[in-house]
Amino acid sequence: MTVKHHITPSVLAAYAAGTLPEPFALVVASHVSLCDACRADVAGYEAVGGAVLETVFDRIEDGGDAITMSPDALAQVMAKLDDMVLDTDPAPRASDPVFPAPLLDYVGGGVDAVKWKRIGGGVKQAVLQNSAEGSVRLLYIPAGMAVPDHTHGGLELTMVLQGAFSDETGRFLRGDVETGDEDLEHTPIAEAGMPCICLAATDAPLKFTSLIPRLIQPFIGI
Amino acid sequence: MTTPYDHLRRRSAPPPLAPPLGDQIRVQRVQRGDLIGQCNIVQDQAETITKADVDTVKVDPWTHCLERIRDERCAESFAALFGHFAPRAKAFLMRGGSSEALAEEAAQEALATVWQKAAKFDGSRASASTWIFTILRNKQIDAIRKARRPEPEDLPWGMEPQADAADSLAMSQEETVLREAVRTLPDAQRDIIERAYFGDLTHAQIAVVTGLPLGTIKSRIRLGLDRLRHEMTKHTT
Repeated sequence: MTVKHHITPSVLAAYAAGTLPEPFALVVASHVSLCDACRADVAGYEAVGGAVLETVFDRIEDGGDAITMSPDALAQVMAKLDDMVLDTDPAPRASDPVFPAPLLDYVGGGVDAVKWKRIGGGVKQAVLQNSAEGSVRLLYIPAGMAVPDHTHGGLELTMVLQGAFSDETGRFLRGDVETGDEDLEHTPIAEAGMPCICLAATDAPLKFTSLIPRLIQPFIGI
Repeated sequence: MTTPYDHLRRRSAPPPLAPPLGDQIRVQRVQRGDLIGQCNIVQDQAETITKADVDTVKVDPWTHCLERIRDERCAESFAALFGHFAPRAKAFLMRGGSSEALAEEAAQEALATVWQKAAKFDGSRASASTWIFTILRNKQIDAIRKARRPEPEDLPWGMEPQADAADSLAMSQEETVLREAVRTLPDAQRDIIERAYFGDLTHAQIAVVTGLPLGTIKSRIRLGLDRLRHEMTKHTT
């Protein structure tokens, strides 16, 4: 598979650093499952983490403070090693033609296991997580249907899992991720053919720019 | 006895192990100040590092040490690895805001996890420091921030026949160059890189990390992935 629209380097770096909020991390993990270019980028940023692990310690020492483990730490850990169940079997995770493995974990199954809620015009959604850090949801858009015109209050990542959509910025197929922010005002339209299923993470509620969806926004939570 | 690579091993006693394969690995060193002029440096600028002087260094001894833990369940190697990485793990967690008691406990758990998961270590994909960083990062998310970390699908790396000692050597060599690059950055810039790993930065600020010279590491990983995909295709057709 050739993915054309990738995740921006700063988001990949935050994922590698472990500081990216979970809703976005789910989109990154799903995309990286399908995109070797971004997988290699994440590995590169993890290597920076390995360097930081060394330099932070050196810097504290340079400052005259020594950080040491408690005197019996090694003995305590060594005593536990013999009883540990070794993690040797790279147990293959379940696979699915639509949902990458990390998404399967959150849904608890494939497309059939999704608990969709209708939000009008044949569009359905399923919120997977909603917290102060942001939200992540699955969207189901019938072929040829437009998602209401909206702008974004913050960062938004939308990944195509099935079908395709197009908007003012380009055409997005399976694996592609569109990155939205305050400046992006767009009207994604699902292509003819099969329904489009997307995974979308936001750190702010979406704001619709047409009147009716704006009125119902508080009730449907999109 | 002093060696040309002493500066890469400040304060860390090497583990009681025979030096790994290949003493005379040539590593290109990076000159201070050539890497990052400012925070918002663009990626392709950073890829053109000045390759100043060429030095000879040994491969990262900790990668070799971790391979012995993986292959021989060598307790002596584990003790050496613990001696080096446990205090670093603790310092990392404390820098990330954990109390000393919590950091001590989590650092011990992280090193025990290293023993437990050693079979999954692949030196051609990451050095020991990097692999231990990912374990520590996950421990921090799970035990300290009480959040979940979605992980990408695993690839069956074991089926790649060409992944051998030479790849492992090459990767640890690249990471040694990177470590040295980070270490020799001016303080203010190194500080920004470090802060990115402790969640102190916005998305825009974290861009400084993406300006580091990671091109070679990324292409090595990419090469391994391409070979692996090729193998997987062969096995399924």
